[in-house]
Amino acid sequence: MRKDIIKAKEPFRFSTRLHLSELTGLKAKNLREFLRLLKTVKGSCIYYHTHRYLQQHQYLSPEPPNDFAYWVTKSLNEDELGEMLASIDTVQFSTIRQLREKIISTISGFMKAHPTSRKKFADEGDEFHFIKAISFVIPTNHIANDLKEFADILEKITIDSIYFHVFEARLRLEKGYNDFSNWIEKSVGDIELAKSISKLDPYTFTLDDLRRTMIMMIRKRIK
Amino acid sequence: MAKIEDYAQIIGQSSIDDLRHIADRLKGKSVQQINSTAVGGGVAEILNRMIPLMRELGVNTKWDVIKGGEQFFAVTKKFHNALHGNKEDLSDKDFEIFLETGNKNASEMEIFGDIVFVHDPQPITLIEKRSGNKWAWRCHVDVSKPDEKVWKFLENYISKYDSAVFSSPVFSHKLSIRQFLISPSIDPLSDKNIELPQETIDQTLKKYKVPDDKPIVTQISRFDRLKDPVGVIEAYKIVKRHIDCSLVLAGGTAADDPEGQLVLEEVREKAGNDPDIHILLMPQNDIEVNALQRASTVIVQKSIKEGFGLTVSEALWKSKPVVASNVGGIPHQIKHKFSGLLCNSVEGAAFSIKQLLNAPSYAKKLGENGKEHIKNNFLITRQIKDYLLLFLSMYYGEDIVYL
Repeated sequence: MRKDIIKAKEPFRFSTRLHLSELTGLKAKNLREFLRLLKTVKGSCIYYHTHRYLQQHQYLSPEPPNDFAYWVTKSLNEDELGEMLASIDTVQFSTIRQLREKIISTISGFMKAHPTSRKKFADEGDEFHFIKAISFVIPTNHIANDLKEFADILEKITIDSIYFHVFEARLRLEKGYNDFSNWIEKSVGDIELAKSISKLDPYTFTLDDLRRTMIMMIRKRIK
Repeated sequence: MAKIEDYAQIIGQSSIDDLRHIADRLKGKSVQQINSTAVGGGVAEILNRMIPLMRELGVNTKWDVIKGGEQFFAVTKKFHNALHGNKEDLSDKDFEIFLETGNKNASEMEIFGDIVFVHDPQPITLIEKRSGNKWAWRCHVDVSKPDEKVWKFLENYISKYDSAVFSSPVFSHKLSIRQFLISPSIDPLSDKNIELPQETIDQTLKKYKVPDDKPIVTQISRFDRLKDPVGVIEAYKIVKRHIDCSLVLAGGTAADDPEGQLVLEEVREKAGNDPDIHILLMPQNDIEVNALQRASTVIVQKSIKEGFGLTVSEALWKSKPVVASNVGGIPHQIKHKFSGLLCNSVEGAAFSIKQLLNAPSYAKKLGENGKEHIKNNFLITRQIKDYLLLFLSMYYGEDIVYL
């Protein structure tokens, strides 16, 4: 028998986030400079370089290699450090500050253990250029009053919107929780579903797979 | 011409809705775009497509073109080459000619935009007419290692703008103004990129007497030394030792490029009497360019310097395997061995062309990945979105803007 669909206390209004890349003019040619800049650049730089791949190469692979890992591997030939940076479990950090600290401690630890790494330089033109993300958050016309409407909208909204509610809200806006789980728990009252969505590691999905998985979980719940 | 809603079939209706949302936030602002040529070259091509689409979204935008004589364009060509790092013989007289034409344009052109968006160095001095409005300078050139004299000269003007826009992070310099990274794009619904019936492809090959009985390797580019057409012939000759194929070098010359004819002669000389080399000096005919790309087995872009290299995006959009130089914006479009092959020399280009001709299933996979990458990152709708956000950014200073 079909369950009655519970009307949410508050409707969920989908927003979207569009970003513009701002060049900072800051660049590093070796690990020492890289580390120094990592400590001082704005959080929006750390965010950009750890999340850019999710959107630009989202169809390629569910594992988003971050720009830092890519550069130390490709330009400094530090494969081990590259692997360490790529393996940082982004989902366990709830603020950019914590993520930055982890990146910094990984690199400084590696430099201490491998003093020769300080002597490696990137070729001219292959330096690391720090870029920051300027986010524009825009409310869309999509509003869900219950889980059925929510799943229907999830099918058609852009990946930018999913990105905003899942990644940006949780980490960059420091809500610690993704917006979808928050609404499902607080307004729909389905704590179990909210928890299962919250438990997903979004970094190990492509954005479209993440969309499909969440829709499947919601539809199964209201069937 | 395609309407904005027509793009929904490619990028989805919600992405079109997003564009409308941002355009709404620009209501009441006029945007004046200025460049130096109405036809020929990538900038004019993209503006021709973009301006009507922006207007359809409700953005009040107009495109103006500065005027310049033969002498002016000879100087700006030298500037262009110098910005690419070539040694150019630039005299004081050259700078005088540049400034004189700049002054003339400034006195003749009405500046009315709330936002004035200037493309490339030719109209850069118009900033002197600034009067309380917002100005952005769009650099389409690879300025990673520019001639210092020309760069310093231009920097005096650039620093008077509110923002500068580059196509690659390596083109950015230490500047006192905000700098943004915006890649150019292609229009999937333009004559150059739209799907074509096989009949049109066959007719084009017939018209240009290119037989399709052997694999076709093609470079589509203006006849310009920076596109290295001579290097392409050298690479083809290495490939030809092992694989019977033909080479098509097709392109025109831009109105602001006086060197084209000279380069074309060098190319013809290099080709000699090889009946399998087809040098096609084409008038602007986008359908035919499209047909030649679609008829090709492998597409090459062996540029020595490249602002971005839109021909690479065009080829990838058609799911073609591409061999292209590891310069300028090309590595943004091609991830080596994933969505194409990058090369750094004539020999490297030849080796990669051979690989792709000998391994069609590998070539097919690269082409398919390439198309997906272009769809996600290098279509005109993404560039329109970036430009609209750039215009909005001129009114906000924060890293997170709630609209």
